[in-house]
Amino acid sequence: MSQIGSFALLLALALSAYSFLAGLIALVRERDASSARLSETARRAGIAAFAVVFLAAFVLVVAAFQNDFSIAYIFHHSNRDLPAPYKFATLWSGQEGSLLFWSLLLSAYGLVLRLRYKTDVRLFAYASVIIAAVQIFFLLLLNFAANPFGVMQGSLPADGNGLNPLLQYPEMVIHPPMLYLGYVGFTVPFAFALAALAMRYPGEKWIHITRRWTMVTWGFLTCGIFLGAHWAYSVLGWGGYWGWDPVENASLMPWLTGTAFLHSVMMQEKRGMLKTWNMWLIFATFGLSIFGTFLTRSGVVSSVHAFAQSSIGDWFVTFLALIFATCVFFYVKNRSHLRSEHKLESLVSRESSFLFNNLLFVVACFTVLWGTLFPVLSEWVQGNKVTVGPPFFNRVNIPVALLLLVLTAVGPLLAWRRTSVESLRRNFFWPAMGALGIGILLLILGFRPWKDASYFYSLMTITLSVLVGLTVISEFVRGGRVIGRHTGQNLFASMLQLAHRNTRRYGGYIVHFGVIVIMIGFAGSAFNQDKEQEMGFGDKMTIGSYTLVCRSYTQDDNPNYGSEWAVMDVFQGGKQVGTLYPERRFYKASQQTSTMPRVRSTAKEDLYLVYEGQNQDTGRPIIKAHLNPLVMWIWTGVWLMIAGTVVALIPNAAPVRVPVPARLQAEPVGAGD
Amino acid sequence: MSRKMRQRISQLGLVCTLLLVLLGAGDDSARFVDLGHRLMCACGCHQILLECNHVGCSYSDRMRAELVAAVDRGDNDDLTLQSFVQKYGPTVLAAPTKTGFDRVAWIAPYAALVLGLGLVTFIVRAWRSRPLLLPADAPVPVHGTELEQFRQQARKETEV
Repeated sequence: MSQIGSFALLLALALSAYSFLAGLIALVRERDASSARLSETARRAGIAAFAVVFLAAFVLVVAAFQNDFSIAYIFHHSNRDLPAPYKFATLWSGQEGSLLFWSLLLSAYGLVLRLRYKTDVRLFAYASVIIAAVQIFFLLLLNFAANPFGVMQGSLPADGNGLNPLLQYPEMVIHPPMLYLGYVGFTVPFAFALAALAMRYPGEKWIHITRRWTMVTWGFLTCGIFLGAHWAYSVLGWGGYWGWDPVENASLMPWLTGTAFLHSVMMQEKRGMLKTWNMWLIFATFGLSIFGTFLTRSGVVSSVHAFAQSSIGDWFVTFLALIFATCVFFYVKNRSHLRSEHKLESLVSRESSFLFNNLLFVVACFTVLWGTLFPVLSEWVQGNKVTVGPPFFNRVNIPVALLLLVLTAVGPLLAWRRTSVESLRRNFFWPAMGALGIGILLLILGFRPWKDASYFYSLMTITLSVLVGLTVISEFVRGGRVIGRHTGQNLFASMLQLAHRNTRRYGGYIVHFGVIVIMIGFAGSAFNQDKEQEMGFGDKMTIGSYTLVCRSYTQDDNPNYGSEWAVMDVFQGGKQVGTLYPERRFYKASQQTSTMPRVRSTAKEDLYLVYEGQNQDTGRPIIKAHLNPLVMWIWTGVWLMIAGTVVALIPNAAPVRVPVPARLQAEPVGAGD
Repeated sequence: MSRKMRQRISQLGLVCTLLLVLLGAGDDSARFVDLGHRLMCACGCHQILLECNHVGCSYSDRMRAELVAAVDRGDNDDLTLQSFVQKYGPTVLAAPTKTGFDRVAWIAPYAALVLGLGLVTFIVRAWRSRPLLLPADAPVPVHGTELEQFRQQARKETEV
């Protein structure tokens, strides 16, 4: 089995190398008659590479299901009693397997790209060569530094070490694939951008081609990040969902620059501006994806995700240096191709709002990068490491996030080129009044922003989120009314038609709406409470409006793990509203413990119970209860973001030709992005 | 501004400051929570002290007890944090201090923001002040295919 896998990886490397070299030669000798045929063989080699990498991944999964512990990777990450879905997840649960999974996804993206080559043969040939180059790097790693098919020395073990208990959770079967689809997916827009620069591609068609790739990739990365947050919330048992751990930060950084790119690329499409900036933004996004992988695997920074540390950091540093050098080379060579076609006409315009928006995203990214690497810098300068944890990140990033919220509210109300102050005031007045009203209402209801900075930020976040929400709604209503006037449809149908006529813009608004719902959820964390208590039979604990009564506590056992758990009745207002079963598991194969918190989730708050352990003297369980307001809003917001991304990917409906005077046609309904 | 007005503003400022100080004064449990979130558990779990949920973690229980004792003694925040640094090393603090080289950690993000804002504002102003690249003679009305081209461009830019 291991020989088939190893051979498949070697063959994939040979095919990718051929795809790269033949493709490159065909592009260099473009005028030769034989170059088209050579380019075609390169394309087919790239397609074949997918089949072979797929075979390698398939072999590894089969080995997991067959408990083939002669393969070291399977021994270290699986065991006989591991449930089937987690055996499948073995593929990405360790260093070597996840690199193979990365390579598989990259070859799958490459496959789609190479099958769609007729869209623009030359541009796709360039992009295909770049993707082959990235693929070579990962296959070199897999063949020579982190081979997942390495065999065990000595006698065969009877059973494996098992999967890390923290990874034995349903979301772990989908969280890494989503995250990797995001990370790897940025290779495609990067490849197109570099290709367009290298070949001095005329016009902005490459952006149109890559737009969907970028949005899909961004959507996957968004899903991956929030699935990770939900996993942390549901499994780690500390009551939070984001701890600013270096691995979390590694996923956030490309998301921030990718989001900036999705905004600023509109300026290039519409106005032919910011070409250099966009080029470097997508280079940076791809570079940060690779850098994130380096951070999580090199052991250069301390992380709770210590399962994947190894010595492959040098490979990544070299690769990053090569990427940077290649980007700089082509930029210096062809920078004249990136001159702006238009100039900015007004400070109060959509263009300038995008500039400030990009600045804030990049500053947020810099802050996360800076905070993540500062311990290394400190050790280098002072000789001792420091910790850069949540207090730092929250303090420096929250003001940036609030500024971004302001721009999210104002930006959509600004027109391209210039906006009159009068029009801005007209469109902004009612949303601003509404947000102000909510702010005052919150103060009346008991918000005390002067008591603590976190309360202040919470109030600002909710107020600004309401402002954004109202501007989004006003945009829908305003546009819907105009369409309704022309078509006679009711407001709801008109708004649907409006969104269908410009899916990208209105899909984007839905994403913005999702973001503010998430922000309101984050704001709730300022009011988190927790309480810890030893709970015997019938003992009570009160937290917030809840009273918890311990009905029982017991133990259980199955082949994979043994468990201790408590039965907690939950009362609210004197009435029983549910029963929760917080649990602690002991995994036999890995000899590790894991908590399984239980959550009662409502729109107002989450009651989150953790089985902390047993008092050794009394044998009674210690229960920690967290009361986390508004957490459900975060997960709801993510669904809205996904829905918005899907809407933005739907092709626009054909524009309706209304025989009205030109002056009316120019009315900004569903206009622009 | 008249003298009386200035006096009124000063008095208002004083009242506001006192109000903020009085309202912001926390009790011991609030101080414990605040300080406990500024410290890391020293067991190597990379979690905030009050969020470490490792069952039987010998560090977090001991450290919490030490924190409770320090708060009960009435030690001020600096003294309390310093005593933890003395005992567990500088990585016990959840964020860099605001002294020495650590200060750079705090300054850099804000400096980047201010620098970036200045740069973008400068770029916007510079772009705006550039003369439009129009022909010397006055613009003439356009008709026919040329007008349609402009309409196409407007549609592209506004997606009407």
